[in-house]
Amino acid sequence: MMSNMLILMKQELALCLLIFLLLILKLVKDMKNETVLTLTQFLFLFFFILGFIGNETGELFGGMYRQTTSSIVQKNILSLGLYLMPMLFASWMRQHEHLLEFLLLMACVTLGMFLMISSAHMLMFYLSLELSSIPLAALVNFDLRLRKSSEGAMKMILTSAFSSGILLMGISFIYGSTGSLLFDDIAASGKQSGLDIAAFMLFFSAFAFKLSVVPFHFWTADVYEGAPVPVAAFLSVMSKAAMAFVLMNICFLVFPHLFDWWHQVFLILSALTILTGNLFALRQENIKRFLAFSSISQVGFILLAIAANMPSAKASVHFFLLIYLVSNLAAFSVVCLACVHHRKESISDFKGFYKKNPFLSWVMLLALFSLAGIPPLAGFFGKFFLLSAGAGRGDYFFVVFAAINMVVSLYYYVRLARMIFSTEEQPVLSKVFIDPMGKAGLIIMAVAMLILGLTSWVYDYLNV
Amino acid sequence: MELTPGLYHMLFLSSALFFIGVYGFFTRRNLVTMLMSIELILNSVNLNFIAFNKYLWPGQLDGLFFTLFIIAIAAAEAAVAIAIIINLYRCHKSVDVEEARNLKY
Repeated sequence: MMSNMLILMKQELALCLLIFLLLILKLVKDMKNETVLTLTQFLFLFFFILGFIGNETGELFGGMYRQTTSSIVQKNILSLGLYLMPMLFASWMRQHEHLLEFLLLMACVTLGMFLMISSAHMLMFYLSLELSSIPLAALVNFDLRLRKSSEGAMKMILTSAFSSGILLMGISFIYGSTGSLLFDDIAASGKQSGLDIAAFMLFFSAFAFKLSVVPFHFWTADVYEGAPVPVAAFLSVMSKAAMAFVLMNICFLVFPHLFDWWHQVFLILSALTILTGNLFALRQENIKRFLAFSSISQVGFILLAIAANMPSAKASVHFFLLIYLVSNLAAFSVVCLACVHHRKESISDFKGFYKKNPFLSWVMLLALFSLAGIPPLAGFFGKFFLLSAGAGRGDYFFVVFAAINMVVSLYYYVRLARMIFSTEEQPVLSKVFIDPMGKAGLIIMAVAMLILGLTSWVYDYLNV
Repeated sequence: MELTPGLYHMLFLSSALFFIGVYGFFTRRNLVTMLMSIELILNSVNLNFIAFNKYLWPGQLDGLFFTLFIIAIAAAEAAVAIAIIINLYRCHKSVDVEEARNLKY
């Protein structure tokens, strides 16, 4: 039992150790931020590699914790994101006086996400969901002196507390209807009464809050604008990826008997989400709000694939989220470098950015085109697989609608790219200093965006 | 006529509490009162769990355990929320949400 636990839960246990280590480091006086950053970089790298060694599948704690082949892949995608975070946002982290707490909370959130992906019991799921959302609110407040940072954090904690209240209401109805909280028992009961549908609806609303699916998206842009750039990146990439993975697992495993019902709901919400995300992104002036709305519209594409409920849908969601992680982290990293040095976040400040910062401009261009889904770049293949998964179920109307919206989204991505490369006006931002670590990270991101779509082994690895 | 509380009474009470909580969350403008409304929602869920456990599935303890965990997590959530509200108060000198209007469309 003991050795079994050490192997199955190795990533979670390693994260716990890492958290303890960071707590102990806090006691050491006169720690330099540089040392902490290098150390955590190595720790996160070991942690990332650990996810590929000696993986086994199985269950623990009477079926409450379950490691499957797909949960291993999902965790590896998330730990890649965790490894890239300190690398890409080093310029911001180096200046922060509470760097250790920042990394500590980030590790706590990731631990919550890992447990959430592996949970096979409603109690376990609820606890890990809270572990991955309460510290996030504290992270949003990390620009302690900025007024809008606390405003964003306040909005975040209130919405997440409210949504977890709704989620709990759903779980209590599920418990009343089936008498069990284990995922397998709930799926086996196969009940389709009104109570079950109401329970699923409440359950899904909570997910919609966390994923910022359209009727529940109002907090997203405000929180992203208020949060420090690395936290906004973490929210839009890691938190969204984890929630999408868990929503997919739960819909496929726990509620297959309600498929006819949630199939329609997901399709309609995906169309609404893509449309609203695009329409709002068109008129944003702040670059963080712009990226927030673009990430809302990306979630719509994921929902479209989840609605298909097929093995190919699962693989395509994994693949898309890996690509989305790379492209969005690259975009946020460029924004972070520009913001840290100049404290400017408006889109018009990026006018003529290319003149002084050609390298950053090219990376940003690749990221924007990858997010828009322009063919040779990885983003195109990600979206293509999502749409073909949606088409596999025969929902052609919604697939065509999403494809048309890809063209609309091209407009605002290209608008930003044109702004960056315009030569007429005098550049607002002067030359930005990039540290070697950040530069290495950005080069990795750029190469990944160029080749990820063309390498079949990545897709084969994610196709489980 | 003797009236013994049954499942429906409990469910009526808990859904009333739930909707009072939701109403309070959407209408109150004071941050601390909004937090209190969330506590009402969580307590209504607790009642739900206990009622289902007692009347429908009396052989188990799942519902009771869930309730204990909800209480613990609600305390953690309130602690973080109040820390954030205090930080916000330092900037605004107010706990009214209408004052927090730096971020808007």
